[in-house]
Amino acid sequence: MTDLQKTTATAAETPVIQVEGLVKKYGDRTVLKGIGFALNAGEIVALVGPSGGGKSTALRCMTGLESFHDGKVRVLDQHLAPGDGSRNAEPLRKIRLSTGMVFQQWHLFPHRSAIENVFEAPVHVKKQPLEEARARAKELLAKVGLSHRENAMPRMMSGGEQQRCAIARALAMDPKVLFMDEPTSALDPQRVGDLAELLEHLRESEKLTLVMVTHEMKFAERLASRVLVLYEGHVIENGHPRDILANPTDPRTRTFLGLEG
Amino acid sequence: MRRLWPLVFVALALLPSCGGRRESGLERVRRTGVLRWGGDLQGGEPYVFDDPDQPGRLIGFEVELADAIAEEMGVRAEFTQNDWSSLVPSLERGSFDVALNGLEVTPARADTVLFTRPYFIFSAQLAVRREDGERFRSLDDLSGHRVGTLANSFSWELLNQSGVEVVTYEGVEEPYSDLESGRLDGVLLDDIIAARYGLNRPALMLADDVEDGFYAVACRRGDEDLQGAIDDAIAALAASGRLREILARWEIDSEREARLTTWTDEDTHAMVLVHSRASFTGHHVLLFLQGALNTVFISALAMLLAIGLGLVLALGRLYGPRPVSAFATAYVELFRGTPVLLQLYVLYYGLMPTIRRLLELDVGVDYDAFLAAIVGLGLNYAAYEAEIYRAGIQAIPPGQMEAATVLGMSKGLALRRVIVPQAFRIALPGVTNDFIALLKDSSLVSVITVVELTKRMTITAVEVRSWLVPGLLCAALYMAMSYPLSLLARRLEASLSREGEK
Repeated sequence: MTDLQKTTATAAETPVIQVEGLVKKYGDRTVLKGIGFALNAGEIVALVGPSGGGKSTALRCMTGLESFHDGKVRVLDQHLAPGDGSRNAEPLRKIRLSTGMVFQQWHLFPHRSAIENVFEAPVHVKKQPLEEARARAKELLAKVGLSHRENAMPRMMSGGEQQRCAIARALAMDPKVLFMDEPTSALDPQRVGDLAELLEHLRESEKLTLVMVTHEMKFAERLASRVLVLYEGHVIENGHPRDILANPTDPRTRTFLGLEG
Repeated sequence: MRRLWPLVFVALALLPSCGGRRESGLERVRRTGVLRWGGDLQGGEPYVFDDPDQPGRLIGFEVELADAIAEEMGVRAEFTQNDWSSLVPSLERGSFDVALNGLEVTPARADTVLFTRPYFIFSAQLAVRREDGERFRSLDDLSGHRVGTLANSFSWELLNQSGVEVVTYEGVEEPYSDLESGRLDGVLLDDIIAARYGLNRPALMLADDVEDGFYAVACRRGDEDLQGAIDDAIAALAASGRLREILARWEIDSEREARLTTWTDEDTHAMVLVHSRASFTGHHVLLFLQGALNTVFISALAMLLAIGLGLVLALGRLYGPRPVSAFATAYVELFRGTPVLLQLYVLYYGLMPTIRRLLELDVGVDYDAFLAAIVGLGLNYAAYEAEIYRAGIQAIPPGQMEAATVLGMSKGLALRRVIVPQAFRIALPGVTNDFIALLKDSSLVSVITVVELTKRMTITAVEVRSWLVPGLLCAALYMAMSYPLSLLARRLEASLSREGEK
């Protein structure tokens, strides 16, 4: 904990991700109503909140999978502007080379084996020599505990294995930031602890900043150094999980956390 | 239901030949007072065709001839429309009493029907380009060159006995336009056809009257009495001068027709004498294999083109900018919405000669038909492949594209590495299905003079007077081509899905 606080403190001056006045609409419905926050290097950040609160949308805007209508998004040193414009193309390309994403359903490539999934992007995007990429993929699969499943096809793997493979695939591009959407939703309760351990370990060894969406406050409390609560398109809490649990500033947080009734 | 029974009994009682002696052809014509004659209006002027001034009324020298023959017999003539190429089978089936429509007396036909004495003597005329008039004066001069004609015609038999390369057509206009455009060096056809479709073109000229042939009335085997009666009628018309009057009125009379007046039964015997009956031999098997090879060659290359172009169209439609996707959509609708036969025609007889003229290109003219067959079928099937791939691509969950995108892949790379390989697995059964359909559809290219397997079968069937052996061999060869393809596809599908279980 002290290490973490130290890292957070030293990087505080230059946030890794900065979001200001972010507005996102789907048709007539405004999902994000001008949210803003800054995330520092080495943090493990959890976006929590009830369904429809906008947490997944916020994550997708940061990864460029969704365009937005107003506001600013900066990821590392790349700035994204509102709209679909082609001027986002180059920043997006750079963002994707230095960030990784693990989807809720993982989206492994079903026609490639576990290890092929991992070295696909290094070989074809970064043009690494195949043998070098394969060696690194082996190393990463070992790190996530999948050495024995290198040649397994995704549909023969369990949910937990697919998730760890997806993590290895994202890490193969050496990201500085790793985004994760609902990492616990498809896991047995006893595997959730393993995942938390793995992520904590990876944050250290890979020097990662972790940004995740989750609806499980317990998981966020165990792992996160910071929690953002999104409610109806607004950030209603932003702080250390312990502080929020102990002393929520917004009455709606209490309702969401089930601290009342 | 019970109330219908009396009607059935009445109907049975009215059936005249039931149980009794079979009525002969002449008896039937006499009893009904009608001579039903079969022909094809599409043959046009001067045979039998719709009066342009009075739609619905038939005119032509054969109409007048049929009326005159019927009149001599004391009955009325009645026309029955029938596709020309199946006149003889329809006659045998009993669709009409006689076939009377420019049927040339050929050994193959003389062996299947009864021919009367001729009502017109034609000349098989060799047409060439005017600029070649010096070079090509006879069939012998054209040895080794491409000469066009109609399949199984009198001229076709003549050409097969000569040393030329025979190119077979299904219409009379096309061989002359191909002669003009240089795809052929000669056309051999009846003088009536030559005068109307060929020699009226300034670029073409008559090189030689190769041999005389005969138009005669065809009767069913077994209808000898009807044949005799019509023989007598034609003899009477020839003797009275009425026959040549009719020919003169239609401007097809000449000195050649003088023989019709002095014609004897011995002449008829000589005319229909079949010297040797072609039978199915090893030579035919070789020709069949060659036809099958053409079928495979054309289908495989056309499919290759269709697969490549279809993929481009599908990707263009799904991911291209608006004009590209609009073009791909229009392409699919156009090629899927019009008959492939029409597309082959337009390509071979319309577009290719125009392109050659514009570019002043005349190399490889001999391969135009093959090229048109491959390109035409390929362009057509590309529309179907495009739809199969589009369905395959759309079946891939959107998450796959997102996963590729966040890994830094460009759209093109994601399509190539992630989307298309998965879509291919989904599309494979459909693609195999189309390839097999294409194998069979390739028989359509006979309209642009390519002799593939089906065309070889129909030519041979007429030659050997039987559809059984050629038909069975043809079917066996198609199976021999398509079944291994099914097996191969099944194995490929199996290995792709096994790959998923490693």
